[in-house]
Amino acid sequence: MTKPTVDWFALSPALALLAAAGVALLGAVLVPRRAVNVVSAAVCALGFLGAGVAAGLLYWKSPEATYEVADAIRRDRFGTLAQMVIAGAGFLAVGISYAHRLRREHVGEYYALLAAAGGGMVFLVQASNLMTLFLGLEWFSICLYILCAIEIDRVGSLEAGLKYLIVGSFGSAILLFGSALVYGATGELEFGAIATAIDQQGLRNDGLVLAGLALLIAGLGFKASAAPFHMWTPDVYEGAPTPVTAFMSAATKTVALVLAMRVLVTAFPAEEDLWTIAVAVLACISLAWGNIAALVQRNLKRMLAYSSVSHAGFMLIAIAANNELGAKALLYYLIPYSAASLGAFAVIAARERELGERVTLDNVGGMGWERPVLGVAMWIFMLAFAGLPLTGGFVGKFYVFAAAYDRGWWWLVIAGVIATAISLYYYLAVVRALYMRMPAELQLAPAGGSPPREALLQASVVACMAVTVVSFFAVEPMIDVAEKAAAHLPF
Amino acid sequence: MNDWLTTILILLPIGAGLAVWLLPWSNQAAGSFALLASLVEVGVWINAVVRFDFDGSLQLDQQHSWFGDLGVSYHVGLYGYSLWLVGMSVVVMTAAIAYAFWVGRERPRAYFGLMLFLTGAVVGVFAAQDLLLFYVFFEAMLIPLYVLIGVWGGAGRMGATIKFVIYTMAGSLLMLAAIVVYGLSEGTFDMVEGGPSTNEWAFLGFAVAFAVKAPLFPLHGWLPDAYRESSAEVSAVLSGVVSKAAGYGFFAIAIAKFPEPAQDLQPLLLGLATAGLVYGSFLAFRAPDIRGVIAYSSLAQMSLITIGLFALNDLGFTGGVLHMVNHGLVSAALFLIAGAVERRTSTGELARLGGMARGRPILATVLMATGVIALAVPGSSAFAGEFLILSGIFGEGWMWAAVGALAIVLAAMYMIRLISGVLHQDVGAAVPDEALDLRPAELAVIAPLVACLLALSVWPAGITEHLSF
Repeated sequence: MTKPTVDWFALSPALALLAAAGVALLGAVLVPRRAVNVVSAAVCALGFLGAGVAAGLLYWKSPEATYEVADAIRRDRFGTLAQMVIAGAGFLAVGISYAHRLRREHVGEYYALLAAAGGGMVFLVQASNLMTLFLGLEWFSICLYILCAIEIDRVGSLEAGLKYLIVGSFGSAILLFGSALVYGATGELEFGAIATAIDQQGLRNDGLVLAGLALLIAGLGFKASAAPFHMWTPDVYEGAPTPVTAFMSAATKTVALVLAMRVLVTAFPAEEDLWTIAVAVLACISLAWGNIAALVQRNLKRMLAYSSVSHAGFMLIAIAANNELGAKALLYYLIPYSAASLGAFAVIAARERELGERVTLDNVGGMGWERPVLGVAMWIFMLAFAGLPLTGGFVGKFYVFAAAYDRGWWWLVIAGVIATAISLYYYLAVVRALYMRMPAELQLAPAGGSPPREALLQASVVACMAVTVVSFFAVEPMIDVAEKAAAHLPF
Repeated sequence: MNDWLTTILILLPIGAGLAVWLLPWSNQAAGSFALLASLVEVGVWINAVVRFDFDGSLQLDQQHSWFGDLGVSYHVGLYGYSLWLVGMSVVVMTAAIAYAFWVGRERPRAYFGLMLFLTGAVVGVFAAQDLLLFYVFFEAMLIPLYVLIGVWGGAGRMGATIKFVIYTMAGSLLMLAAIVVYGLSEGTFDMVEGGPSTNEWAFLGFAVAFAVKAPLFPLHGWLPDAYRESSAEVSAVLSGVVSKAAGYGFFAIAIAKFPEPAQDLQPLLLGLATAGLVYGSFLAFRAPDIRGVIAYSSLAQMSLITIGLFALNDLGFTGGVLHMVNHGLVSAALFLIAGAVERRTSTGELARLGGMARGRPILATVLMATGVIALAVPGSSAFAGEFLILSGIFGEGWMWAAVGALAIVLAAMYMIRLISGVLHQDVGAAVPDEALDLRPAELAVIAPLVACLLALSVWPAGITEHLSF
């Protein structure tokens, strides 16, 4: 047994975040109390920044995809691009969290857990065998369970954490069981080797492999909150502290979908005819369920939770297309989607802090005129979700439809079109509430005083807005990046 | 090949809109600046006309790759017919902005910013030579309109905006699907390079989107609410300018890129259009208020334009384009006059109006002149347009032309009812004695529209001989 060589460079994004988590934990003890918040947030932000830069360098320095650390992880542009998205989401999430009121003894832990969750995510998107897959998944999930429940004084937060823990563990267990079945049938852990084994040993119709594949898809479906595995999403999104929700909605979605594409495309090309249909069906269910359930929500966080289910549906269309255009579509879609999602939850967080209560369609009335920057930003995020032009959401949907059509599945295009038409109703309801109803009409009690100063939150929102809009105009460079990343998957 | 003029026509109003919205202008300054910007826009358009070479080719065009892997580019340029539609649009938008400035809308920076943004989007629709870019501008029109109706509209604005947006977006999304199908099978989204396609489903996707926007019977459910609940100048823009994007789309995309399906489905489109023509005319005749009359007459006139375009011959195309310009100017002028009447009487109900000609000669003259042109009296530009449309469709079947001719009679009925309902008969209950005549500022807004109409009446060949198909 020889010791494997370790490519520390390939691990550097995860290491940067782990280091940040460690320093933030130490800082919580060593730094004077009133500086804890500043120091922890700064360390966490630096960790995400470092991870982003490291991922960027890795992208640049990895023209060829290679297996590293005893084939446990894969160093390629597909993974590093996803790492950059995660790092960006985490960095902005720090800005959104900064003014969030936490119990003093939890501040250090909060940022440490955020960085650690990010570390697990950037590790996971590189996973190239079933062990690292499960390791990474649990690593970031456990951090998120605690983050959801960190406001222990609030019943909603505790409930969210517990629910996420139970349902998430169930999902993980299913995934683990699926992995075990696949390993049992093929005797291989590494994705590429599984594909070879299925091919060479004639396991295409093997019951164990098929059952394992089905369980893997279901397990990843839990993490991506694709219907019908999305049951936890609205409750957890609603109960978790809003900055955590923002981070989860962007980063967890990215990880789960990128990983799903990697596993399915790399390990199961032989079963392609089966899993593409399964994923397409999941996509349709997510689109239908997410959109229809969102129609009746008054609570904005719940509405956006269902909207994130429907967006999982759109991105599953890209995965189901199983072609290079689909991979490009997924990677591109994630960028404006993550930005819009982070930004929208950030705006909700701002309103929450201002009013001190849950944000509903009724109590955002007139906010567009009161706080023009946040209002316009929210407007743009809703347009991006709805896939209207002048936002990257439009181009993302266009690419997804193009990928589905390229595969010859025009019915998926139609499903996406119908879902988009339905979604307009509730996205525009937010805009309507922001601008078209005056607070006087709604007879809100005046909150009194000016809203809290939150320069970092505003800056994060503006950054999200910039990404959402710029991704519409600068499609070509972004698609180039995504194209090079997609080329590292074996289509 | 690389001419910035079209891009300037698109970006000038959008840039001015952002400036109005972002900079801390006073109310007066914001309005003045917006008006100035739209006048400059008209000037740029005149410059484009002067430089235009009517030889049938794409002029003043510019192309940059947007995302090359799918063959999508920023490609803009103008043909003869799009040049005239752009001209009509910038003139109507200027009038609408001037009217809003005179009326003094609340939150002027947001209002004028959106109006200018809308101007840029409309010009973009007529100038786009790439299907995806066309879609982008087509949808970009919707965003400012949604807010313009929803924030500054009347009491029933919420229902009106939801209906408007859901109807138009449902149509547009089908168009997006059709664009994906057409573009990927052609290998390019460019409207100049892309060849004709025989895909009937893709044709229908486009046709539905335009039929909603125009609107055509039976997809006109959003029309009466939107036209009634908007402020007068937004209604003017909706019926005058935005609906023409649909006519243009029929002509430049649905017919030009899908000649065979257009031929096969010609009876369907003509049937819907004639039904809408007759139905709209009768509804206009029965409508209880001024805006209702103009809104349903708009439905009828857009149906007539569609009949001309789907005659699928040069006469029909020529008439269709000329009539689009006519109707844009006519309906905008009528809506602005309706706004002026409503301001004086705080109602648009014909039952409570009447006798306004007495002591208000300017109002009477302007309404009379516009109304007479609208009912296509011989010698007017509307007559020229309708005559060309009917001659065009006559070649496709005399029944279509017979129904079309009937519509001219119906148009005379509802327009005369409107004119006499406002101006003549006994003085209505809602008309106070002190209700003033048109103010000079209002006249300055509406008169140029009427002047354009009169000029076109004198010389319709100015457009019909400079279309460069």
